[in-house]
Amino acid sequence: MTAAQEHLDPALRVEALASLLTERGLIDPATVETFIKTYEQSVGPMNGAKVVARAWADPDYRARLLADGTAAIAELGFKGPQGEHIVVLENTPAVHNVVVCTLCSCYPWPVLGLPPSWYKDPSYRSRVVREPRAVLAEFGLELADDVAVKVFDSSSEVRYMVLPERPAGTEGMSEEELAALVTRDAMVGVAAVGAP
Amino acid sequence: MTDPGGHADTAYLLDSAGPAAPPRDNGELVFAAPWESHAFGLALALREAGCIVWEDFRQALISEIGSWQASRSAAGSWSYYGCWLRALERLADERGLVTAGDLRARVATLAARPSEHEPGGLPHDHDATRAPAGAGHAG
Repeated sequence: MTAAQEHLDPALRVEALASLLTERGLIDPATVETFIKTYEQSVGPMNGAKVVARAWADPDYRARLLADGTAAIAELGFKGPQGEHIVVLENTPAVHNVVVCTLCSCYPWPVLGLPPSWYKDPSYRSRVVREPRAVLAEFGLELADDVAVKVFDSSSEVRYMVLPERPAGTEGMSEEELAALVTRDAMVGVAAVGAP
Repeated sequence: MTDPGGHADTAYLLDSAGPAAPPRDNGELVFAAPWESHAFGLALALREAGCIVWEDFRQALISEIGSWQASRSAAGSWSYYGCWLRALERLADERGLVTAGDLRARVATLAARPSEHEPGGLPHDHDATRAPAGAGHAG
């Protein structure tokens, strides 16, 4: 890629690339559209929220989820395009987990959809490793000194998802009600799940 | 067409559409501009067609992000999908799918169209040779 080309409008570059690939029979525009629609509209953090709610409600599922995240998540029908291995990290009163991808933006797409812009930002990717407590505080999550913070760096082989702590006051809630409490940020580890 | 999300649970999603409507309620839009989603979809389509290996794309993306970070003082503002697009262009060139020369020529062709054909209606004020606004809309 020449320097001059990089200054061209990215919209034109994408259109040019798509038109050439289509003319050469390498891609079908309908396939491209389907992928976009699927990730914009169908796959979102609700998949992950359902996984978390099931784990909160069903101790056996929770055990399977922590033992083999990929298999337990597939039980609910969620599978990724890349065949990535998903490891679920359990938050406890003593340990808080937070996820990053320092090299690019590896992210558990099947359960969380596509990453938010801050997850892709160079500042988050470098700072959360060096000073996780400060970064979490900027997200509004103040952790007590006796809570250990563990930072997990995603890779092509392993995508991490956090299982947040179940908030107090949710004892009588259904799985659907529980899932509605779970946010994307809680499953990346930059937030806690608040009480209803 | 495979089902990239495995979203077998449509009813569940619909039931939950109110209080936690996916995927935008839990954050911002996942794409800031149409070209970003288009670049995203192209990469997945090329992978599904067997034209690229995802790990190769990932390595190209890591390399592009690294290049941006190494030259950030001179480069423009951060754009994740800008890096994504450069990685895709580079891989397409290396694999002989679309060479850089072919791409450059097509971009020039597309840029020379009348203004009503501009993708996404984005402004192109830097194009000094363009006809005044409205002049291209007679048809």
